[in-house]
Amino acid sequence: MAIKKPKVAVFKFASCDGCQLSILDAEDELLIIANAVDIAFFPEASRRMLKGPYDISFVEGSITTPHDVEYIREVRKMSRVLVTIGACATAGGIQALRNWKDIKEFTQIVYAKPEYISALDRSLPISSYVHVDFELQGCPINKYQFIEVMSAFLHRRRPNVSSHSVCIECKTKGNICVLVDKGIPCLGPVTHAGCGALCPSYQRGCYGCYGPMESPNTQSLSKHFIRLGLTGQDVMLAFRGFNAYAEAFRKESDAHEK
Amino acid sequence: MKNKTIKIGYLARVEGEGGILIKIRGGEVTDVKLNIFEPPRFFEAFLRGRKYFEAPDITSRICGICPIAYQMSSIHAIENAFDIVIDGQLRELRRLIYCGEWIESHALHIYMLHAPDFLGYEDALQLARDYPDIVKRGLQLKKTGNDLVALLGGREVHPINVRVGGFYHLPDKKEFVAIADKLKWARDAALETVRWTAKFNFPEFEQDYEFVSLRHPDEYPFNEGKLVSSKGLDINIKEYELHFEEEHVSHSNALQSVHKGSGEYFAGPLARFNLNFDKLSPIAKESSKEVGVLKGVCNPFKSIIVRSIETLYACDEALRIINQYEPPEKSCIDVIPRKGTGFGCTEAPRGLLYHRYSIGDDGLIKEAEIVPPTSQNQRMIENDLRSFVTANINLPREELIWKCEQTVRNYDPCISCATHLIKLTIDE
Repeated sequence: MAIKKPKVAVFKFASCDGCQLSILDAEDELLIIANAVDIAFFPEASRRMLKGPYDISFVEGSITTPHDVEYIREVRKMSRVLVTIGACATAGGIQALRNWKDIKEFTQIVYAKPEYISALDRSLPISSYVHVDFELQGCPINKYQFIEVMSAFLHRRRPNVSSHSVCIECKTKGNICVLVDKGIPCLGPVTHAGCGALCPSYQRGCYGCYGPMESPNTQSLSKHFIRLGLTGQDVMLAFRGFNAYAEAFRKESDAHEK
Repeated sequence: MKNKTIKIGYLARVEGEGGILIKIRGGEVTDVKLNIFEPPRFFEAFLRGRKYFEAPDITSRICGICPIAYQMSSIHAIENAFDIVIDGQLRELRRLIYCGEWIESHALHIYMLHAPDFLGYEDALQLARDYPDIVKRGLQLKKTGNDLVALLGGREVHPINVRVGGFYHLPDKKEFVAIADKLKWARDAALETVRWTAKFNFPEFEQDYEFVSLRHPDEYPFNEGKLVSSKGLDINIKEYELHFEEEHVSHSNALQSVHKGSGEYFAGPLARFNLNFDKLSPIAKESSKEVGVLKGVCNPFKSIIVRSIETLYACDEALRIINQYEPPEKSCIDVIPRKGTGFGCTEAPRGLLYHRYSIGDDGLIKEAEIVPPTSQNQRMIENDLRSFVTANINLPREELIWKCEQTVRNYDPCISCATHLIKLTIDE
């Protein structure tokens, strides 16, 4: 008897497409994955769109419009497991920089034709609206971590995704610390692992695109940045990036806002 | 007399969220809308007050498919504002990383997004069941492009190594050995791709377009050149906004660009090819001649062949750069920020990408303007849909719907790009 393949779906909200593209970037694994599961809904890759329910849904992007709010609730109802992928879905993304502005006022003052636009005041992560079974951080996600998460849920086990900091990845790679040795501001000590300590390996400081690690001491790092000569505004901007609205980074950037 | 409405709620195999609405009344097409409902993300607004050196990293997040295009247009615009010119090996390395992006993006579009239409499959995974070797070739080609971007940029999506003034870290010559072998394979695979796509059946659909692209005196355009068109335009990129403008329509969260005085225009591989055929490398020209696709292609369905020829060119150009590479002394030239306005225009895989920044004495961005390729092609896509449906009004409904989707995919639209830019002119 043929075993029914698990149905997998990929949904998109406000985002750049980069995380779901990472799935297609798994060139060596893609055809194997496609044989193991039924890719039932993945509009970026196929015009075949099967109705739910789905065994596992991956959600990219943040919630930014009234329509999104309704739609994510529908997606949740259709999905046995819901996994968010990327900084937009897990923290609101770079577009969450609007959360510090008054978009309503903007829209009225600013647009040529504001009546055409429908947008919420805030760009929020998926977990602000529905229950999320697992959040995979990163801007963009690491495609191998994605495969691990999918495989784990299909086998009903916990994903093996480390929650320690980028620092540990630098140590295991044998990198010389750019912060200590060169005095380059680096968010590595407070940032979630997953990229393989990419920026320090290329002689630049981490800019936090994987979001906060499990227990980040952002205050201590900020103090060190100030000792290096950064201004309060510099520190504010450093934390207010691709994961600006993630709680730990949000609080730290707010603390340095004049 | 027939009345019908064609509605494609969610267009598949394009980047981002869009749909099509076509109304036919009394046998005539009365309304065509490329409906873009991808939510706006306000990039130009929140770039204000950010540091100039953050622009490449921030704007790359507009698009996960062509982040290098955003990094290149932004650094060139900012360097222009600071009166910096990058030349020598650093300039070559920028061309090299752009070659990588063209290869991965074109291979993605050719094999995974567009070819299934010509062969009657809903996606490349289904195509792979009948033609596994062809799809594997496409994936391997795409991977070679991604490997090149990752080698120079650190990773495929949102690379981290590009900066205003150069790079953070330079590769050694020996790091190119392995990728050079892969590129030699990829060049052969690209040539096979040209031959493969040239055999597809193409609808008769020749149109009178105004093609717009960069043109450079010495090379096929990536990062630099003048803006030219097939109808006589020849300007410096800083004059872009004098000649082109964006309009806001109710059915789209993306602005539509028009050439002032003449209307819609066509950007992307077909435009580059038609306006720069003489600058292709010998091997790319030979393959064009072999399949009989020469300068003057006016059938947008044949863009898949031209994309394949450009992929071949990008592999060849990448090998040329690698073969002559000698690491420069410094990975980055000194950058001294100063007050000013700068312009950058580069050729993203899917067409022109224009950036303009005004920067203050403090190195903070005061104003940003970004015009991505898909907003430039949007009006032309609607035009093509109108012409195509008018000429094929009697096709069975399902077939017509599929052909309409294919008509849009001819442009490799990137809706995520197009929608970042609902423009904000903040009255401060």
